[in-house]
Amino acid sequence: MNKCIERIYNGIIKENPTFVLMLGMCPTLAVTTSASNGIGMGLSTTAVLIFSNLLISAMRNIIPDRVRIPAFIVIVASLVTIVQLLIQAYLPSLYDALGIYIPLIVVNCIILGRAEAYASKNGPIASAFDGLGMGLGFTVGLTCISIFRELLGSGSFFGMEFIPEDFHISIFVLAPGAFFVLSMLTALQNKFKAPSATNGSVPASQLACGGDCMHCSGSVCAENHMKLETRQGQAAKKD
Amino acid sequence: MKELLLIVIGSALVNNVVLSQFLGLCPFLGVSKKVETAAGMGVAVIFVITLASIATNRIYAWVLVPLGLEYLQTIAFILVIAALVQFVEMFLKKNMVALYESLGVYLPLITTNCAVLGVALTNVQENYNFLESVMNGIGISVGFTIAIIMLAGIREKIENNDIPYSFKGSPIVLITAGLMAISFFGFSGLI
Repeated sequence: MNKCIERIYNGIIKENPTFVLMLGMCPTLAVTTSASNGIGMGLSTTAVLIFSNLLISAMRNIIPDRVRIPAFIVIVASLVTIVQLLIQAYLPSLYDALGIYIPLIVVNCIILGRAEAYASKNGPIASAFDGLGMGLGFTVGLTCISIFRELLGSGSFFGMEFIPEDFHISIFVLAPGAFFVLSMLTALQNKFKAPSATNGSVPASQLACGGDCMHCSGSVCAENHMKLETRQGQAAKKD
Repeated sequence: MKELLLIVIGSALVNNVVLSQFLGLCPFLGVSKKVETAAGMGVAVIFVITLASIATNRIYAWVLVPLGLEYLQTIAFILVIAALVQFVEMFLKKNMVALYESLGVYLPLITTNCAVLGVALTNVQENYNFLESVMNGIGISVGFTIAIIMLAGIREKIENNDIPYSFKGSPIVLITAGLMAISFFGFSGLI
């Protein structure tokens, strides 16, 4: 039981995917135009994360190591399709607001990242709670960002408008505002030396690529590629 | 002909894939330190997205629609894209060594680029026919290349500037991207 609570604490506070690990930037920037969109996206991702972690962890001993990534992708894609159909049926307004970003949950780095780093090494129950914690952390992150953007950009809080239209700074609900809000957030983290992947104060994740898109610039991949090449070359020589 | 041109301009400049739709942000922020690498990434993305929009469009029309399995599009597309990238890598390695040496490094990175899946899904959503899908793919990937090369050019200049401590690193890059997004609003009058 203790371990489950620890996983949730870890996901929401210690390794918060939005504020600390800086994963899943595409949906973070794209759907945070209003608080309800942010919560909707966060909860859909949470649902996918819980079940993908549960299934992958349950099947971790059956899936051969070499084909694990394609296998994980198929599992995640099936779950995303289920979630997409459920949202389309029961929450049509959210479906219209999120649009293409629902199927794109498949390529959200958080999901494959957790599958690689946690679910493929731990038991099903702990993995499901890890997914719950990470998903809630993501939801909290998206909701905080979207509350700020909605307040500044359209002067409302969860759709209740209370600032007159003359005082709206509408750029904050448009595309550039997303970049500005995120840049201010990371600048504040740098200023107060808060733990964040952007100032290198967080240990590298256990993903094969390091999971740090901001600083990678493809160098890690290139390095792995070279290693692979030399290994293949050596194997070819032996034959 | 006119409509095809409108699709290309619309997806390359007006609805730029990174600056207004936020797809493919990881490589956009990650691989934009030098103009040279950014250009390499851009060319690889053009190559893969164009091929992927051809492949996914045909799979959708020839396999998914006749079998009534349209709801499986996400699974089908992501598998097709992953297989395609692997296949392209093997093909280039065998037959076009020069091209492989310049693009090979970026190819595995692209499988997880959400722009590729994004293009395939928008093509279906907008009901584009074969030619329109290919044009949309070309437009989106050219837009990505323009944006990433411009950002890399600006970042090379920023290196020499005196930036306040808190804004060093990613914050200044994000502000640059935000300003670029504002300037891309200027294109919205084109169509």
